[in-house]
Amino acid sequence: MGAATAILPPQRSARDSSSTWRLSDRVGLAFCWLLGGLFCAIAAAIVIFMLVQGIKYVRPELLVTRPAVGFNETETGGFLDPMLGTLIVAVMSMAIALPLGVATAVWVTEYGRPFALARTVESTVEMIAGTPSIVLALFGALIFRHPALGFLSRTSGHVVFGRSFFAASAMLSLVALPMVVSATREGLQAIPAHVREASYAVGKTKWATIRRILLPTARPSVVTGTMLGIGRVIGDTAIIVVLLGATLNFNGAGDTPLLGTLKGTGSTLTSYVYSNSPAGEGNQPTKAYAAAFVLLVIVLALNACVDIVARRGRANTWT
Amino acid sequence: MDLTPPPVRRLHEHAPAAPAPARAQPSSFVSAPRRRARSQFAIDRMAIEGVTIAYGDKPAVRSVSLPIRQGEVLALIGPSGCGKTTLLRSLNRLTELTRSASLSGRITLDGADITTLEPTALRRRVTMVFQQPNPFPMSVFDNVAYVLREQGARRPRKRALEGLVRDALGRAGLLDEVGDNLDHPALRLSGGQQQRLCIARALAAQPEVLLLDEPCSALDPQSTQVIEDLIVKLREDVAIVIVTHNLQQAYRIADHVAFMYLGEMVEYSSANALFTAPREQRTRDYVSGAFG
Repeated sequence: MGAATAILPPQRSARDSSSTWRLSDRVGLAFCWLLGGLFCAIAAAIVIFMLVQGIKYVRPELLVTRPAVGFNETETGGFLDPMLGTLIVAVMSMAIALPLGVATAVWVTEYGRPFALARTVESTVEMIAGTPSIVLALFGALIFRHPALGFLSRTSGHVVFGRSFFAASAMLSLVALPMVVSATREGLQAIPAHVREASYAVGKTKWATIRRILLPTARPSVVTGTMLGIGRVIGDTAIIVVLLGATLNFNGAGDTPLLGTLKGTGSTLTSYVYSNSPAGEGNQPTKAYAAAFVLLVIVLALNACVDIVARRGRANTWT
Repeated sequence: MDLTPPPVRRLHEHAPAAPAPARAQPSSFVSAPRRRARSQFAIDRMAIEGVTIAYGDKPAVRSVSLPIRQGEVLALIGPSGCGKTTLLRSLNRLTELTRSASLSGRITLDGADITTLEPTALRRRVTMVFQQPNPFPMSVFDNVAYVLREQGARRPRKRALEGLVRDALGRAGLLDEVGDNLDHPALRLSGGQQQRLCIARALAAQPEVLLLDEPCSALDPQSTQVIEDLIVKLREDVAIVIVTHNLQQAYRIADHVAFMYLGEMVEYSSANALFTAPREQRTRDYVSGAFG
């Protein structure tokens, strides 16, 4: 105490920067800056190109007209149905992935017994995350054609069509699931053990602690995972093309208003872009650019939300 | 010929002056100013009888016996890793959260073996405050109300709980500072306030015993003093057990002190006796700073 603590470490002046470094370090630093700048430039180029291209072709009426069959751009309509389709698969697949993912993360982090089972679950989730979505799509095409699952799609006689919003959303939820699980796990693991113990130490059960303390604390992470999951879902093309059918318009099955639509086929913005790209059968690149523009804006907005939520979540820190 | 020596940069001259300590630290235990008189009443609440706690096959606490009385503060002191925190955590069965921990011996609360009680019921009667201030990331009100609500219940009767919440905050000496705005986020309080909020939280359950695990080690001297005063005030209503590394703190606030070393309880006696006339050589070495 006293004099010894009064000695401050030498103050680093603002000008004491990389100018005093060795040459090799300075070259390394320049290289890092260069790479960072390069990636920013690539990302900016994609976004700017798509925005500039898109904004040339995107017109308000495209957002409210349904796709139509036609020979030129004035006849083929807009992409109202694909936009609603994107919304439907996002909502439906997150309705599956969110509760499932949060429950999985809570079980793995907070219970995790038997240990072997928890490890297996962890690696399974990682495996799903690494599976290309076209493989999931093929798998889904097999499952949903099973007669027992005929109530989820169009049937004719004993043949199950196997393509519907139900089928696509179910497989897309697997795409979103790993994002939700890993973000929730990170959020839970960031809570210090003594905070859990503080709850136990006033007589709370494990479940009450999870429900009232841990999950609310981890909420920003759960939200982040959800948004990342939505981003993956609305950006996925393979599962949509294979499991939602290739109809650009809603093509309901049966007469029940909502259920019929969900059992039927349709499209999303991604399958619309694919269909109108030079590779697809529509081949109306200007429409594809316009739809891609809308998709890009949605994804960028989601990313911005993730940023905001993450920044706000940082306030919850213990000393 | 110039005999002036070259200028020498001396750290102690050139460094900025150290701020003077707010209050002089007591130079010896005997002169410590805030030593309180013993409480008039001391009622036996808990008894530790021959308790041995092991993690796997490594014993952390070896056959310790201690009484815990309402009306007095019991301090557990000893070097790091001597088992005092483990012993403290066994009193409300928090040790059971560590899978490898095993306990033999008997701990009673008002005559009943604590292993016969529901852990949640026991932990409401024997609450605990931790080394790091750990308020939950919600408002001051909700932090205390959480304890008052049923398991997992949401937010019934906010009005009805307000009196109890204010009462607990008042007992922890925090009401004057946060009473105007109970919706203030708890994590935006200062460290000392956070720790008093944790004490309020622990008191809200109306416990019979309050366990404190180095509650001041993360706090500045002023907050420490506030909390020490609070602890001494609380001992009339609750039996208090405090683990501390700060010997002067133990001397200032404890009525009885138990010195533990390598899992054994070396000496248990009144604070005065233990610090001024220790019976054991190891105690003497420790309180005089020979090892730590």
